[in-house]
Amino acid sequence: MKYICFYFQIHQPFRFRNYSFFDIGKDHYYYNDYLNESVLQKVVQKSYLPTNTLMLKLIKEHGSKFKISFSISGSALDQFELYAPEVIESFKQLAQTGNVEFLAETSAHSLASQIDFSIFKKQIQQHALRIEQLFGVKPKIFRNTELIYSDQIGAEIYKMGFKGMLTEGAKHILGWKSPNYLYYNAMQPKMKLLLKNYKLSDDIAFRFSNKNWDQYPLTAEKFAFWLTELNPKEEVVNLFLDYETFGEHQWADSGIFNFLESLPRAVIKNTPFTFETPSAIIKKLQPVAVINVPHAISWADEERDLTAWLGNCMQNEAFRKLYGLSPKIDQINDPKLLQDWEYLQASDHFYYMSTKWFTDGEVHAYFNPYKDPYEAFINYMNVLTDFAGRVNSFVPDTSENKEINRLNGMLIEKITEIERLKEQLKRMKKKVS
Amino acid sequence: MVPKSFGDENQQAVELLGANQIPVKITQIERELKFSKKLHYIEAGSNLVPYTTPEEYFNLSQKKLKGKNIYIETNAEGCIPFSGKYGANLYQEIYNYGLVAAQIAKNYEFDVIHAHDWLTYPAGMAAKQVSGKPLVVHVHATDFDRSGGSVNPSVYRIEKEGLDAADAIITVSNLTRNIVINNYKIKPTKVTTVYNAVEPVHNGHQNHIGKADNEKVVTFLGRITMQKGPEYFIEAANKVLKNMDNVRFVMAGSGDMMDKMVERAASLGIMDKFHFTGFLKGEDVFKMFAHSDLYIMPSVSEPFGISPLEAMQTGVPVIISKQSGVSEILKHAIKIDFWDIDKMANAIYAILNYPALSKTIIENGWEEANNLRWDESAQQVHEVYQTVLSKT
Repeated sequence: MKYICFYFQIHQPFRFRNYSFFDIGKDHYYYNDYLNESVLQKVVQKSYLPTNTLMLKLIKEHGSKFKISFSISGSALDQFELYAPEVIESFKQLAQTGNVEFLAETSAHSLASQIDFSIFKKQIQQHALRIEQLFGVKPKIFRNTELIYSDQIGAEIYKMGFKGMLTEGAKHILGWKSPNYLYYNAMQPKMKLLLKNYKLSDDIAFRFSNKNWDQYPLTAEKFAFWLTELNPKEEVVNLFLDYETFGEHQWADSGIFNFLESLPRAVIKNTPFTFETPSAIIKKLQPVAVINVPHAISWADEERDLTAWLGNCMQNEAFRKLYGLSPKIDQINDPKLLQDWEYLQASDHFYYMSTKWFTDGEVHAYFNPYKDPYEAFINYMNVLTDFAGRVNSFVPDTSENKEINRLNGMLIEKITEIERLKEQLKRMKKKVS
Repeated sequence: MVPKSFGDENQQAVELLGANQIPVKITQIERELKFSKKLHYIEAGSNLVPYTTPEEYFNLSQKKLKGKNIYIETNAEGCIPFSGKYGANLYQEIYNYGLVAAQIAKNYEFDVIHAHDWLTYPAGMAAKQVSGKPLVVHVHATDFDRSGGSVNPSVYRIEKEGLDAADAIITVSNLTRNIVINNYKIKPTKVTTVYNAVEPVHNGHQNHIGKADNEKVVTFLGRITMQKGPEYFIEAANKVLKNMDNVRFVMAGSGDMMDKMVERAASLGIMDKFHFTGFLKGEDVFKMFAHSDLYIMPSVSEPFGISPLEAMQTGVPVIISKQSGVSEILKHAIKIDFWDIDKMANAIYAILNYPALSKTIIENGWEEANNLRWDESAQQVHEVYQTVLSKT
């Protein structure tokens, strides 16, 4: 038996509003609600909802031969709850079929694996718990932000109880090897790895509607035929895509939904492949070899490295400053502050600061609220400066700050007390009159 | 042919002859140039100064030579005795210059006439009329840029005539190209943009003087006129000074808005942190850049704007207005609308407070500026010549 692992990433960041230095210390609200809501609504209407409906239909049609998997970031879930709760319902429906697996990731869609494993793990636990609450199944497979992976990350993830992980089938780590087998981690042989077949994945994700592509137009039959042309010994084809591929990156009028609708039938009928979930695949297949990844890889750009997020000195500076706050964050339990801390960590903010897009424009510019990386950095640093100020006043380092903090606390107490008494007075007055 | 040579021009490739005092004495120099063509440089004496408006010219001539108006006549051979003094008015000077051009056009062999800005358009047109050779006019600025909208009708008329008569037009940016097309009603196919460039400096990066104290310097450098947007610089400075202490602002240059600017800065109460240097030239300009942590060009309308490139070559990060031609080609600069003082203040604050930002912009900007070569601009001008020649 051969398997297709059909996996989709769903993520939306909380993009910042235009936060100028005048706001630092004065206004602690960072988000561009209008932009976030309108982007989300657009993607929900054009992509998530119609694709979910189609997936549900395909599962009913093909039963156990069509299984898919998702990872949904915490901030995407937050935005669904805020702006489009019907999307969560529709994912719950998919979950109930039993043919859909939800993977774990960092709730913040962060790059924490690059700096601090304790923060990294905490975010994964948080996210896994939420997924279990929402969809009823505890995630068993892990997928890191943007498929970032290294030997060390894999080994740490195994310690947390995950048996498998998804990453990129990057040419420079595979060498002559094929991504179409199960592999294992170099430090922990029990940690199984599913590697993205970027050629076949990108044929759908990037090239589908490209009229200059020599394979245009791509049909389900043609795609199924390519699968039969693979080396007969190969066991698994990992198609990892952004979920927005359907209806947003590739618009409905490109025929992407028709393609998706006929793909399972074409594959099941004409090839030895069926669609399976990652946790079933790692049980059913034997890993063939070890994969050595001493330096972290991702699924981005030609280089498949992390330079799109942590490639220039602005990105590194912002990243260091952000995580420099983490010891203090541990002592904070204010929910608003912790939420901001989470949203500040989204990898997207660092992506916007990339100077690579000067040459590698289109993909980097997607839903990017900034005109250039300098603007992105300026805005992020202004927000971070304000946030750091709040963190510092919450966790004071000096006796003076402690005193201010104590007085602030008293002030807030007094204000709430006054509010409470005012309310009481109002009610009394009403009673009297 | 140039209206006036000052003697400090780069004479490596060509030689400029001072003829200010000589009645149309024409000397011809031949040099081998890159495109393997010979170039003849001829100077006709005139008091035309680039980027002049009739008002400025009037002030200039009144100041220096009050009561010394000189009447110029042509003699029987058509030569004009140039006195080297200011003429009664600018239009007369331009007209005289045109007569000389016609004379030269009659006597010399050449292929193309290339005239720069409105002062020399009549000369270009005269030369074209006499010789029948194609005329290329090069627009470095229009009166819409200089006047901030209140265009002088006489200047406009000369500009319009020159642009209409031209076989091809070169503009220094798309911003200027659009003005030429829209405000002078010129056929777009006739207008080509050729960006300016700078001479590469290879050690400029290191020339930047790091100051020992923790005080930052933000600089405006240029003519203090409406076109350059000095008031937006002051307003942004005021906003930054409300939030930051260790910074000084410098307005270097002179111009008709200077007094008003000093008044404004004084009334804002920021004169302890805001400084006027007056007109700077030569070495002082370089020194000013070297002492700056940030250079701002908030021009309201800037056809190109070479000074940000010079700042970048000296290792100074720049903020430029989107209303400048140079913003069309620069990536490693912060671009703002000239009127958006909040955004300008925000960018100033960020560059002074987030070292990684300033470092990235300086490094990338230095490389970017040094890659804007005159060779390429010259090549493009050459292509324009080829096009007009192929049509005749």
